[in-house]
Amino acid sequence: MHEVGIMQEAVRMAIETATAQGAGRVHGLRLRVGAMSGVVPEAMQFAFDMVCAGTIAEGAKLEIERVPATCWCGTCQAEFECADFVNECPRCHALSGELRRGRELNLASVEMS
Amino acid sequence: MCKDCGCGITGDVSIGGQSSRAVSSPLLGGAHSHDHEHGDSHHHHHDDHDHGPEHSHQTVTVQKSILEKNERLAERNRGFFKAKKLLVLNVLSSPGSGKTTLIQQTAAALAKKLRLGVIVGDLATDNDAARLRAAGVPVVQVTTGTVCHLDAEMVARAAGQLDLDALDVLIIENVGNLVCPADYDLGEDLRVVLLSVTEGEDKPLKYPPIFHSANVAVVTKSDLAVAAGFDREKAIDNLHRIGHHARVFELSAKTGEGMAAWVEFLVQQRQAVKG
Repeated sequence: MHEVGIMQEAVRMAIETATAQGAGRVHGLRLRVGAMSGVVPEAMQFAFDMVCAGTIAEGAKLEIERVPATCWCGTCQAEFECADFVNECPRCHALSGELRRGRELNLASVEMS
Repeated sequence: MCKDCGCGITGDVSIGGQSSRAVSSPLLGGAHSHDHEHGDSHHHHHDDHDHGPEHSHQTVTVQKSILEKNERLAERNRGFFKAKKLLVLNVLSSPGSGKTTLIQQTAAALAKKLRLGVIVGDLATDNDAARLRAAGVPVVQVTTGTVCHLDAEMVARAAGQLDLDALDVLIIENVGNLVCPADYDLGEDLRVVLLSVTEGEDKPLKYPPIFHSANVAVVTKSDLAVAAGFDREKAIDNLHRIGHHARVFELSAKTGEGMAAWVEFLVQQRQAVKG
């Protein structure tokens, strides 16, 4: 996976945000990572420490909020969580192509001082 | 260097044999792709505003996609391609599923119907480009060095090397990889994911993000299905379970079986783009 490139961009965005706020240090990043984003959270932590080294984010904490893959069933008019990525409604067993959540790869917030 | 796949932090990307940075493109305009749009800053302070001489701890909400820069460039590509009335395909698969052969045979079948151009992505060598060039197809090779996927900026630079006004269809052959390219929109109209019969029926279940994102799934090398003990029904069922909305084709680029339906589909799609 391309976790290093992704973390590099996330840390760049965090530092840019901190600098714009007049802050001198980044203490933590909170990411929202969807189950369908294709990114492995464990590999992100590894990449994060590496990317932060030597920047104002050195030693910062990484918090990852996982977002489960959630589909919409048109028949039941209700959402359901896709177990094992299979988009089958557990109520009516219809297949759904409408993924409502689960692709997120967002920088949610930055803690700074 | 990424420990999982060898994807580099800074890749030595080259386009048509030149360093990527040296390749200008009408798709990127005069300006470089600086990503500062802070006029509408969405930053909110959550603490009190008692700013002393020391900076106080604060949490600032950002809520931005980490891939925002790529997404923005991809939208720009899409607009550019649309203005040129180009049908653009992003072709994805594992290494060795038959992307180049399919593109080569598609080009031959489309000859006299539609004008086709190709952007090929690989970590190294221009072997694929050479194969396509030998078949008379205008082609630009992007060698990504250590990067495991194409991104929208590479495509913008590479597309500038083709005479897009002389094309009807642009096929982007992505780096052979079923993981990373799933996250990178290139500005394509259709995402085409290949599954060869030799790979096994459960590929879609093993790599759900990419198969879920497919607009079209193509089962390739159908001439080898019997020898490979390929369970066709199970494979199609798995494709439907993960990529419910994807249009499925089954073909052999080698024997030509199933190619007519695929080519007819492309002609229709190009007609729809042309309007």
